[in-house]
Amino acid sequence: MNHDSYSDTYIKGILDEVKTVAMIGASANTVRPSYFVLKYLLSKGYDVWPINPGQAGKDILGQTVYASLDDVPDVPDMIDIFRNSEAAGQIVEQVLQSGKLPKVIWMQLTVRHDEAAKRAEAAGIKVVMDRCPKIEYGRLSGEIGWAGVNSKTISARRPTLKSGFQHRGLTGKSES
Amino acid sequence: MSENIPGFSTLAIHAGAAPDPSTGARATPIYQTTSFVFDDVDHAASLFGLQAFGNIYTRITNPTTAVLEERVAALEGGTAALATASGHSAQLLCFHTLMQPGDNIVAANKLYGGSINQLNHSFKSFGWSVKWADPDDLNTFEAAIDENTKAIFIESLANPGGIVMDIEAISALAKAKGIPLVVDNTMATPYLCRPIEHGADIVLHSLTKFMGGHGNSMGGIIVDGGSFDWSAGGRYPLLSEPRPEYQGIVLHETFGNFAFAIACRVLGLRDLGPAISPFNSFMILTGIETLPLRMQRHSDNAKKVALHLSGHSKVNWVSYAALPEDKHHALQQKYMPKGAGAVFTFGVEGGYDAGVALVSKCELFSHLANIGDTRSLIIHPASTTHRQLTDDQKTAAGAGPDVVRISVGLEEVDDIIADLDQALSD
Ligand SMILES: Cc1ncc(COP(=O)(O)O)c(C=O)c1O
Repeated sequence: MNHDSYSDTYIKGILDEVKTVAMIGASANTVRPSYFVLKYLLSKGYDVWPINPGQAGKDILGQTVYASLDDVPDVPDMIDIFRNSEAAGQIVEQVLQSGKLPKVIWMQLTVRHDEAAKRAEAAGIKVVMDRCPKIEYGRLSGEIGWAGVNSKTISARRPTLKSGFQHRGLTGKSES
Repeated sequence: MSENIPGFSTLAIHAGAAPDPSTGARATPIYQTTSFVFDDVDHAASLFGLQAFGNIYTRITNPTTAVLEERVAALEGGTAALATASGHSAQLLCFHTLMQPGDNIVAANKLYGGSINQLNHSFKSFGWSVKWADPDDLNTFEAAIDENTKAIFIESLANPGGIVMDIEAISALAKAKGIPLVVDNTMATPYLCRPIEHGADIVLHSLTKFMGGHGNSMGGIIVDGGSFDWSAGGRYPLLSEPRPEYQGIVLHETFGNFAFAIACRVLGLRDLGPAISPFNSFMILTGIETLPLRMQRHSDNAKKVALHLSGHSKVNWVSYAALPEDKHHALQQKYMPKGAGAVFTFGVEGGYDAGVALVSKCELFSHLANIGDTRSLIIHPASTTHRQLTDDQKTAAGAGPDVVRISVGLEEVDDIIADLDQALSD
């Protein structure tokens, strides 16, 4: 598959399907991008399992931090990687060897490893690289437009509301 | 729909604007409110910390204005945009994000006069200076750039002279020097020219002109092209360094290819304050829906008027890039082939007095200092905007005694021509 650009349908399919996310490289520092994404995904109803050996046993935003992928409660639907491209390649290798396969492997902005992606896809795993799930969720829900960002989507349909005043979802049932 | 990139006219109507989810209102509502209620303390904290998308206070974001921002970003092919109270405040916030005291901007010497004033005089108080370059001699740009130069600033189509700038060549120079190219696209609008496609990194507008298009609302905008690497040389600390304003956040790392627009908003607009009114955002949005139709008609009318004037016995010269013999015609054909816009200058036989007589005899043309209205507009710079200058200074500024500037409107072109003919007659 072409990883230079993704269709909205592909990304939305992933964000709709996934319920549990293991986040490798989650930070307890409240101004780090991984903290932003963790907080945002929690607010959208995902179960997120932070992974960070230095923080293992503590918690971030009320979520227990795990030392490694081996320790998380279950096989996650998605692994979200906040590490550099080389480390991402090694993580994919370990996942494939472990046999505990997620539905999706997602690499954050600037992180890309085409060889690893090919191997993961051969094992039936969907891959997204050099993207941020917070930005993609914000784009497809329309929330990101509130910051003047070009969502590159247009629609004459009703946006999906979640509970609270400024809280949108992807298409599907509204909560209120 | 989302799998194909919609065409320009579709984006001009739809980009950024979904139906209002609570009322079904199809036109974008005017959210004429200063502030927005938080769900709870945690929601408030997320918004203040930039961790969640959403509105706090209309100085920083507003849902009506956000539609305008996304619309213009889409039309320019940018990643994000920030609307402001005027074109000049868009320039201020853009340069405030790029510059530190002691830095300089290399700018084309053919710019809107108000921008020349802003760069020459007002920016001095910030410790920023300007070095002027000649758009018809690109070597002058290269020669002017030094280690403290933080940006190149040009207009795609310069007001008022009808000068078309070689955006690709200037962009190549900017890239070689590792600095962004900032293009004021007010006179062309994205309908005629999309500077980001030619290598611009940032696009600015006075929305007051053709984007709003009806002469009723002030506004400006900064569009982030998303292409510049703000962290590469560490020369843009507002983007690449931890910011004390937000507990140490690094904006480029956090917001990626739309970090510049966010930086202008959260470090510039938030603290300096020139926010656009939601009402003006609404008026400009409504104008933009017909931008493609208006801009084509403006350009078609202007070309007919320019052709007519170039054969007129009382007119000595016409400076309009759509005329085949014009010095900038080849660049116009390359960068804005659909037309050369509405604004041009011409020289009246009889000099200063003839210029004064012409503007005072017009019936249809309004004598005022603006461009980009549905109405045809006329001004004689030597007796108005440039009257304090000496004759030599006037000529250097393109405002010699015989120069008249018009902004051709959307009336019947025969009526526009007839009005100029009667006003030029003895
Ligand atoms: C090319 C250009 N840029 C900027 C401006 C300044 O915009 P505003 O008057 O909206 O501040 C103008 C206004 O005439 C202009 O013509």
